[in-house]
Amino acid sequence: MFSYYLDLALRSLRRNIALTALMVLAVALGIGASMTTLTVLHVLSGDPVPGRSAQLYRAQIDPLDASGYRPGQTQPPDQVTWIDGMNLLREKRAERQALMTGGQVAVQPDNTMLDPFYEAARYTTADFFPMFGVPMEYGRAWNAADDEASARVAVISAALNERLFGGKDSTGQTLRLSGAAFRIIGVLGDWHPNPQFYDLSRKSYGQNEGVYVPLSTSQDVGMNQDGRVDCWGNGGSGKNPSHTGLCVWLQFWVQLDPSAAPAYKAFLVDYSAQQKALGRFQRPPNVRLRNVIQWLDYNQVVPDDVRLQTWLAFGFLLVCLVNMMGLMLAKFMRRSGELGVRRALGASRRALFAQLLIESGVIGLVGGVGGLLLALLGLWLVRRQPAAYAALAHLDLAMLVATFLLALGASLLAGLLPAWRACQIAPALQLKTN
Amino acid sequence: MDILPILSTLRRHKVTSLLLILQIALTCAIVCNAVFLIGQRLRLMDLPSGVAEHELVQVQLGYIGASPDDKAQTATDLAELRQIPGVKQVALARYLPFTLDGSANAGLKLDPQQQQNTLEAETYFGPNLLPTLGTQLVAGRDFDPGEYLDFDAVVAALNRGDLTGLPHTMIITRPLAERLWPGQDALGKTIYVGNGIPFRVIGIVAHLARPYIRQDGSEYSTIWPIRMTPADGASYVIRTAPQDREAVLKAVVAKLRQLNPNRVVLKKRTYDDARNDYFATDRAMAGILGGVIVALLIVTALGIVGLASFWVAQRRRMIGVRRALGATRVDILHYFQTENFLLATIGIALGMVLAYGINQFLMLHYELPRLPASYFPVGAIALWLIGQLAVLGPALRAAAVPPVVATRSD
Repeated sequence: MFSYYLDLALRSLRRNIALTALMVLAVALGIGASMTTLTVLHVLSGDPVPGRSAQLYRAQIDPLDASGYRPGQTQPPDQVTWIDGMNLLREKRAERQALMTGGQVAVQPDNTMLDPFYEAARYTTADFFPMFGVPMEYGRAWNAADDEASARVAVISAALNERLFGGKDSTGQTLRLSGAAFRIIGVLGDWHPNPQFYDLSRKSYGQNEGVYVPLSTSQDVGMNQDGRVDCWGNGGSGKNPSHTGLCVWLQFWVQLDPSAAPAYKAFLVDYSAQQKALGRFQRPPNVRLRNVIQWLDYNQVVPDDVRLQTWLAFGFLLVCLVNMMGLMLAKFMRRSGELGVRRALGASRRALFAQLLIESGVIGLVGGVGGLLLALLGLWLVRRQPAAYAALAHLDLAMLVATFLLALGASLLAGLLPAWRACQIAPALQLKTN
Repeated sequence: MDILPILSTLRRHKVTSLLLILQIALTCAIVCNAVFLIGQRLRLMDLPSGVAEHELVQVQLGYIGASPDDKAQTATDLAELRQIPGVKQVALARYLPFTLDGSANAGLKLDPQQQQNTLEAETYFGPNLLPTLGTQLVAGRDFDPGEYLDFDAVVAALNRGDLTGLPHTMIITRPLAERLWPGQDALGKTIYVGNGIPFRVIGIVAHLARPYIRQDGSEYSTIWPIRMTPADGASYVIRTAPQDREAVLKAVVAKLRQLNPNRVVLKKRTYDDARNDYFATDRAMAGILGGVIVALLIVTALGIVGLASFWVAQRRRMIGVRRALGATRVDILHYFQTENFLLATIGIALGMVLAYGINQFLMLHYELPRLPASYFPVGAIALWLIGQLAVLGPALRAAAVPPVVATRSD
């Protein structure tokens, strides 16, 4: 029966090519626009550390002065001060913990063919690598002893290794960073967390840093900090943020089993209370412990424009579907004579309904293919946009399947009403009027 | 034109008519809001920066190693840059209006005992900023050369708690002055920063936007007498004639390289390019919205063409009968045009309500103002026009139906 209905559908669609093309085009445009924006939304709200995001927590405490504090409403700052970061690090109350900040370093290649250049850097303590599951292509990351000793060691990204050493194993080589000599001990593998959850103060999406050095070393060498610094009271930050307790500029992450999170939060409260007793903190304990997904939500990392575009695309899809519905209905109603004959010859309403639904399904399918092509075009256009996330906009298998399901579902839904209306025809009446 | 027969015909195509009305309503609502959103973006892109935009170029340097002689180097750089033909003014600035480089804000208070800051304002530092940026002083004076303090010395004094090592004068923008002291003369008044550090307002500039557009006052900016150097993260800002920008930029970069090769050029650009980058996403969004409006109107127009063609084909006999009974071609043409006008009008009326609803939703979730009533006619006129244009073809075809059709039975 299905192949017969399909044949009927194709005949009917061929009879009015222009109209069929119009309906297919409308569906394709709607699907294409929705899939483009959905894909972007999907990519941007993805989990940057799959499998680990539930165990990684951003710890926030509130070292600010009493000015501007509203109990229960004021959120603690996103970042921590040098003093608090170091204290929390030393306490080692979590499975793993890392204190970090972003920076810019001058890279002086030994290779005289290359001019010196500036590269984004991350200054962090050793647990960064095992905590975030950072893969290493060559060598290894540094350890706590290197942190302690402010060792002049560096890990570089695969991209920087490609640029400096043509992708060869560069461990053991010396690299001059911000005027100091560092030994390369590791090269990152394929690691591109997006969004860059660990430090959203610089940028949320894009290429991660090229250079990684121990936090203690970066402070010894006086490497430039780059990222958000918030000071209060008479705190001030110069070229590099001060180590006094009046500016926050470091990110503190811990790895915990989710069951241990309440205990760690209690520890943060205790720590805050203790600092208040010492006179360092003025506010009552005000702490937050958010895992990666909660952290991304809290920071509203997906740009407003992207969400707006998604709404817009679905509004557009809705108009396209209503458009298709109207055209389908008009078309089916015009064929009431033919449908009446089929009814009179014994076809059940259910059979007619199925036949008409297959006709709209065909339009949905062809529209889906068209929509997919348009989505690819749309994503290509998105990649040419000036936004930082642009390069990430690629269709994946899940979105591919979703495109077809969306197209088919939408057009079947849009075919439902016209098909139902057309089946309501009394066979005798239709035969008579003609 | 008699409307009643049209209505009675439409009543026989209730569902199809309703679908068309719904489509027109949705299109109208989306178009109203999209036009409004485009207007918002264009308004942002038009905001005054307060600087001589077409006359500025910017060069940022980064030292490769340590930079112990940074201050002497900066003095040499400044002296040499002023010698370059075409260079009118040179300043060092950390941030500029409408650029993506970052911003530095300070909480301002009117009373040192205040618990909450009155507001947050941008803090611009740098020597020779006003003449270089071309920012117009409307009251008071610019800083004296002797008033400037070095950035690192100020930070050190602050961290020591030594308030004598801090600046105590400030220039603010007129919008900020009017916000802080409405209807009063701001000159000579005192602003408190941090834990009650006083600053006296010695000058007022007409406009100077913040680096980032913020809802709470895009022109709440302050200028402090603090001298910065490239090592502090400041960049050279050079004022020149618009036609000399490219040449001056090239000459400046070459001169700076020659003066000290131990540094990297991190940024070299005209201010226009920087501002363009800042608004690139807004421009892209306006383009996308424009594309959606066009696509929506086309889809809706084609939908109307399709439906009208169907109706014309379906009513050939009726048209033939009317023609045979004496209706002119113009009568038939008007019939279909009026029918479309009626459907469009109902759709537009519904669309207005929908547009208002969408705007309420957007206001709730995004920082958007209320949709002004002046945007409603835009959608209405667009859809009336589109409807009439779309129906013209099928209506002309209907008008061409000869009366003899009435006598045929198909």
